[in-house]
Amino acid sequence: MRGRPLLYVSYESEMALVPTWSKRLMVALLMIVLVLIPLRAVPVLGFLGDADWMRILSEVMIFAIGALGLHILSGLTGQVSLGHAFFLGVGAYTAAVLGGSGGTATIGLGLPIWIWLPAAGLVPALIGALVAPTAVRVRGIYLAIVTLGLVFIGEWLFINLTDITGGSQSGRRFPGLEFRWWKEEEPVIDFAADGVWFGIELLGEAKTYLFLVAMVAVMSIVTKNIQRTRSGRAFMSIRDRDIAAEVMGVPEARYKLISFAISSFYAGIAGALLGAFVSRLIPESFSLFLSVEFLAILLIGGVGTVTGTLLGSVFVVVLPRLVQDFTDLLAETADTGTGVTASIANVFVSTSADDFGLVSTLAGNSPGLNVSQLNLVLYGLLLIIFLIFEPLGLYGIWLRIRNYWKGWPFTY
Amino acid sequence: MSDALFILAQAGQDAAEKFANATYSGLALGAIYALLALGLVLIYKATQVLNFAHGALAALGAYFAAYLVVTLNFPGRYMGDVPLTLQWILSGLVAVLLMSLIGLIIERIAIRPMVGEPLFAVVMVTIGLDIVLRSITDDYIGNDPRPLGSPWGSEVVELGPGIIAQAEIATIVVAVLSLIGIALFFRTRIGVAMQATAFDQEAAMAQGISAGRIFSLAWVIGAGLAAIGGIFSSLFPRSVGVSSATAFFAFRALPAIVIGGLDSIAGAVAGGFIVGLAEVYAGAYLSGDTFSFLGVGFSGIWPYIVMLGVLLVRPYGLFGTEEIRRV
Repeated sequence: MRGRPLLYVSYESEMALVPTWSKRLMVALLMIVLVLIPLRAVPVLGFLGDADWMRILSEVMIFAIGALGLHILSGLTGQVSLGHAFFLGVGAYTAAVLGGSGGTATIGLGLPIWIWLPAAGLVPALIGALVAPTAVRVRGIYLAIVTLGLVFIGEWLFINLTDITGGSQSGRRFPGLEFRWWKEEEPVIDFAADGVWFGIELLGEAKTYLFLVAMVAVMSIVTKNIQRTRSGRAFMSIRDRDIAAEVMGVPEARYKLISFAISSFYAGIAGALLGAFVSRLIPESFSLFLSVEFLAILLIGGVGTVTGTLLGSVFVVVLPRLVQDFTDLLAETADTGTGVTASIANVFVSTSADDFGLVSTLAGNSPGLNVSQLNLVLYGLLLIIFLIFEPLGLYGIWLRIRNYWKGWPFTY
Repeated sequence: MSDALFILAQAGQDAAEKFANATYSGLALGAIYALLALGLVLIYKATQVLNFAHGALAALGAYFAAYLVVTLNFPGRYMGDVPLTLQWILSGLVAVLLMSLIGLIIERIAIRPMVGEPLFAVVMVTIGLDIVLRSITDDYIGNDPRPLGSPWGSEVVELGPGIIAQAEIATIVVAVLSLIGIALFFRTRIGVAMQATAFDQEAAMAQGISAGRIFSLAWVIGAGLAAIGGIFSSLFPRSVGVSSATAFFAFRALPAIVIGGLDSIAGAVAGGFIVGLAEVYAGAYLSGDTFSFLGVGFSGIWPYIVMLGVLLVRPYGLFGTEEIRRV
């Protein structure tokens, strides 16, 4: 079968998780690289083992989990939801109440991770199932607005439930990423502290990262498996033509509800991990913008594919850092460099008050966008550009590259 | 005895005053929502796109007005002895025209290539536009709200039992004028063409109507209405000037169009006033110690709760047409 990757001789091989040997090789290579990154054993990518890059990659993993949830709801079932941030918030605060340490102002039971992490998935799933009957009645753009309402109502709840969330602008501490058997015991594994695993010295950031990589791997396999089951096929039939699916005997309302619940489960886990990872969050974090970020991950990566979702997470989370680095580089070139490069850089970046430039590295109110605003502008532009020119996203670009080399040297 | 009667009468008068004030304020707010909702529905009806960038357009329009009035005094500086109110209105008109132009450009660059793409994708394009426009607008506005230097300032007049700000009267007048203008527009040749395109695009094209031009026109009018809404939402009783919060007004106009039904012009106007009144009444009456459990910011999400209630009963809004589904 080696030379004919599209020829399947049995149903089992066609439905396999990784159907071709080249895919198997790619997945294996990817896993090896992901594990080797914190050890700085990968050529060229060694810098990713630094503590700050480890934190960025950990954030990528957390966003990937949340995005996989939205992939199930929007990518597979075709229900556009702007309410994802609300479920992240519910998950995060479930984790905070169960796992966080209680204080004078906030409730916290201090339970270990093996209770709060699953609960942080189950509670949002339950709430998702409660919300779903309302959401199932409306479709298309009405659904988007209803879920938008969910975000605003959620934000109001989070701001006002000060016992749980710590209240507006102050927030609360979340439980740490550490494994304990019961409340007050010494942690068996502390994912946030430096330590030795299997005889290798690891940074705390690297341990967090490895834990999150394992989580993403598990969640991706679960998502892939959902796609291959009866429910997954039902989801996709609802996405492609809801009324045709109903005619074929797919109970639309029930499967939409299941989709909502699963998606909320993922979102809750992502929210809890995000809380545990950054350790302090304000209730305003779970705003419309967070929801939009997840939709952007889906669209930039490629709607309807797990690979695309993962690619999109990397892109969306790493982009701000790259923009920051690039702006710093430009500013440095403009200030200290000579010749053509310096003058080109000078056009784009303004380093003093009377200097005109697209980006400004000055603090405060100055002409030109600051770096975070530039990030937002680029982010919005990328969203538009991808939608107009590459609706299949990064995954579509990959498909085109792959198909080109498949037929090489022929163009068809 | 007479004391008790006096207190009762006083309370009655207070209640009447409170109610009148809330009603005036609600009508003015509703007028703003109606303007924003009207723009949204126009764009939706003509092009099947829900414009999430409406808030950004409103904020940018208000910023243009602030810049034209306060910084440039354009076109007033060339006019000499024209009254201040007229100068301000002219500046506002220029800002609205500028926004219409930007609406045209946006439609040509970002929306036209998306014709025929799934709804989800087009909505995300407008969300992307919202992010871009809002970041740039926020940068130009800066950290402090920019006043619009309106001729009405913070003057109020007594009307019946309550008081109403002059700017609010102006808001209602302008909104009513705009609504009449839109209603008259639909009686013109182009207006009828727009209705035809909204009803059936292909049939309209077969009759020689250029659907592309209708799309552009819808965005031009929609962006202009957004600018008017943005300008009046930045006046005295609502805020001291245009700020980064101005853009969020449009998100509260979304419940208005859903309550009215996405494809109904009359519904948008009705929904706008319903949401405005509901929000102000909630702010006025659901406050104090009895309702302290509602916490802060309840009046802001109240429209969404009303919307959810309406949708549970009527999934296509009060005036919306039910979508006929076919395999």
